[in-house]
Amino acid sequence: MEWEVVIGLEIHAQLATQSKIFSGASTAYGADANTQACAVDLGLPGVLPVFNEEALRMAVKFGLAIDAEIGKKSVFDRKNYFYPDLPKGYQTTQLHHPIVGIGHIDIELDDGTTKRINVTRAHLEEDAGKSVHEGFDGMSGIDLNRAGTPLIEIVSEPEMRSAKEAAAYFRKMHSIVTYLGICDGDLSQGSMRCDCNVSLRPKGQEEFGTRTEIKNVNSFRNVERAIEAEIARQMDILEDGGSIVQETRLYDADKNETRAMRSKEVANDYRYFPCPDLLPVIIDDNYIEAVRSTLPELPDAKRARFVKDHGLSTVDAAVLASDRSLADYFETVAHAANDYKLAANWVQGDVSAALNRLEIGIAQLPVSAEQLGRILQLIKDNTLNNGGAKEVFNALLEGKGDDTAASVDALVDSLGLKQVSDTGAIEAIVAQVLADNPKLVEGYLNTPEDKRAKAIGPFIGLTRKAAKGVNPQVVMDVLKKKLSELG
Amino acid sequence: MYNKTIADIARDLNAGEYSSVELTQSLLDRVEQLDSTYNSFITVTKEQALAQAKAADERRAAGNAELWTGIPIAHKDIFCTNGVLTSCGSKMLSNFVAPYDATVIDKFNQAGAVSLGKLNMDEFAMGSSNESSFYGAVANPWNTDCVPGGSSGGSAAAVAARLVPGATATDTGGSIRQPAAFCGLTGLKPTYGRISRWGMVAFASSLDQAGSMTRSAEDAALMLQVMAGFDAKDSTCVDQPVPDYSATLEQDLTGLTIGLPKEYFRDDLSADMQQQVRNAIAEYEKLGAKVKEISLPNTHLAIPAYYIVAPAECSANLSRMDGVRFGYRCDDPQDINDLYKRSRGEGFGNEVKRRIMVGAYALSAGFYDAYYKKAQQVRRLIKNDFVEAFKEVDIIMSPTTPSPAFKRGEKTSDPVAMYLEDIFTIALNLAGLPGMSIPCGQVNNLPVGLQLIGNYFDEARLLNAAHKFQQATDWHQQAPADIA
Repeated sequence: MEWEVVIGLEIHAQLATQSKIFSGASTAYGADANTQACAVDLGLPGVLPVFNEEALRMAVKFGLAIDAEIGKKSVFDRKNYFYPDLPKGYQTTQLHHPIVGIGHIDIELDDGTTKRINVTRAHLEEDAGKSVHEGFDGMSGIDLNRAGTPLIEIVSEPEMRSAKEAAAYFRKMHSIVTYLGICDGDLSQGSMRCDCNVSLRPKGQEEFGTRTEIKNVNSFRNVERAIEAEIARQMDILEDGGSIVQETRLYDADKNETRAMRSKEVANDYRYFPCPDLLPVIIDDNYIEAVRSTLPELPDAKRARFVKDHGLSTVDAAVLASDRSLADYFETVAHAANDYKLAANWVQGDVSAALNRLEIGIAQLPVSAEQLGRILQLIKDNTLNNGGAKEVFNALLEGKGDDTAASVDALVDSLGLKQVSDTGAIEAIVAQVLADNPKLVEGYLNTPEDKRAKAIGPFIGLTRKAAKGVNPQVVMDVLKKKLSELG
Repeated sequence: MYNKTIADIARDLNAGEYSSVELTQSLLDRVEQLDSTYNSFITVTKEQALAQAKAADERRAAGNAELWTGIPIAHKDIFCTNGVLTSCGSKMLSNFVAPYDATVIDKFNQAGAVSLGKLNMDEFAMGSSNESSFYGAVANPWNTDCVPGGSSGGSAAAVAARLVPGATATDTGGSIRQPAAFCGLTGLKPTYGRISRWGMVAFASSLDQAGSMTRSAEDAALMLQVMAGFDAKDSTCVDQPVPDYSATLEQDLTGLTIGLPKEYFRDDLSADMQQQVRNAIAEYEKLGAKVKEISLPNTHLAIPAYYIVAPAECSANLSRMDGVRFGYRCDDPQDINDLYKRSRGEGFGNEVKRRIMVGAYALSAGFYDAYYKKAQQVRRLIKNDFVEAFKEVDIIMSPTTPSPAFKRGEKTSDPVAMYLEDIFTIALNLAGLPGMSIPCGQVNNLPVGLQLIGNYFDEARLLNAAHKFQQATDWHQQAPADIA
């Protein structure tokens, strides 16, 4: 039978607020356990939550970026369950009245087309703490630093039809939230996590099959692999005439398989009800428009502009626009060089290679956009040739020079990379080279006319050796002229 | 000295009649001598009290005294007090030393008041007799076989027994007004949102409100002046100007319209109780007030709605008492579920467990609409009744309780009979309105309370009406026989 895959994702993105969603404690990652948890985060008797307006602003910003309805009245609810790293015994979240309603994003498919994926809703909620099971002598430790970190949970419609589409959707969401600056997007620190709902149905059938939910997948690659593994598992069962059990599963990346989480005897009843400690959040059009005015150019718009206004290829534009810091870097370089194509070649080439080799992000690259921009300027005015430019770039990568654009010029000088284009100077050097190598000259003169183009090579090498940074085109012209004068 | 009101003490301290240390020491001695009978204190903070009194006297000597400087009071053990046991009357918090001060506590500290300690209460403020406390029942100073009412029974007994001139208290369904009525005191429950709930251990968040237990309306005004005001730490606290409550106490009552809800003067209210309340109303008429019968047609829905909303909220509020981070933890837990089950099973008393169960049930899937949602709708109806009534009248009056203080043990086996104790008080909490109870007579040598209900943030009018009544009568000055 031919099966159709149905995938919906729930993405949790930590909002990049300074303090927690309902307390003043810091949200910074990596502090000593329980040093960033105040009385509110600990759920001590008598404490009360106060909603962090910055989290609201960020959630609204997200809603506007995906062209969603904004909830003018959103309500926080308590979701009740016991867990040691959930200090109050309930999570404060939004059930019936989320801050963000129906919206959508477009993902790019391999065939170059785009597909619209609808977003059901996105709501604000607080993150839980962490249970630590090692190092406590058979007991568990609780770290509440993360407790109360603001999250938006973004729920998609079940509209993805392959693992690839799901991964593209996750990537696109990552791109959007990082563009907006509302999430640092650091998957390794759990800043974005994804639950994947997967089901299969016979092709052509309207009704959905039974789904499973793969919890907490935290990389683009694993989203794709986990879903593929789960599709294969479900297909095996269905092909054998079996049925799928609705359950929560975990992806084991080492074994590349999903496995059922400890099954709960009965479904949890979370006994949701509106949190009486928090008032409904009421916002008006003025507020929404004020937030809208802070929206940056988003990836789709930027990509289109790169192609339309600057003549980049769609592939280059897509890559360069996918990540805001990369796009910002690229545009700074392009502006400085006044040449988008040259900048695109360099960022896609040497810069990208360096990032991969050093395993760093663009923010950590030792060569600033201003410096690379200066290098490209020097290429364009013939001060540097391509080899010299690479040499300066590599020197900066190795930490030579300071972080100013001026240090590019200093390095060009100190490394003697300035291209000599002065014909008179080059003529003198060439004359010397020819005088020093009479046998080579003789050999050249004995070479038939049609093979001389190749025989001129050694002279070029010698000339460039004798004077670093000579403009190769000028050298060629002078050599041809001088040699033809000799016969 | 112990018979003095807060206003008296403020004058005496200023006049140098006695020092704060002398007064504090004498009250501490009195607590030590008498409180084994009443059991109104859970914790006496003797050294801290004397240190505060000494600091107050020094401040006075330096000429920097303010009204509250050096005045001793005590706090219901529901308010978190930094460095002091905050038990909430429960075994669950019998080891909980709060690491911070409630806003109410902080405000009294800032005002210069002296705290003698923490007062007994029904466990987590759930009860109407102060019999559910882990620290034992509290005796009514008027008749030690009787209950003082609850949940602020310790506050009421301590003030009635003249151990302190005033005490903080809280009211979720009548927990200030009913014990005030039972102990012949002036109890004030302000508008929901008038006083910060920060640091007040939550029972039912949408109903809980801090207030005071005093021996006069004049003192209630002084206490409210300290406690009232916006607090950014409580999202439900209302940013509304705080008037000078003492300034309007003496206003003439001529023309005041009093509404008497017919639903509160039912036939099953005893003739004696009716009479006491009617006498008080007649007194108001003498003071120039007009009386009008009104109807609050949804009154009969208040108790059922309350016993959905309050348990539902408490079931979530008390989830944090899980034995993991603070409070009681069972011995030798086998795993996390065992830790939860036994810590909570052993740490909570029966009434608390009953309400958690009721609340969890009311919120469970499939029942939410029928119970919690319906109860919230009823709440709106009850509120609308009052809104309509206040278009016609300035103040509403009723008995505070159906009967005077009952005997200890009389209702402990019948939770519903106990819940009906709050039949006249509970609607105000559902509506968020301010209310007072003032002594207005006696039945069988036990005090009877008159309930005054005001419009939103109209505490000044309540205090004014109560004060004028107390100027004309002496019920509030009556003390239990053993005391006077």
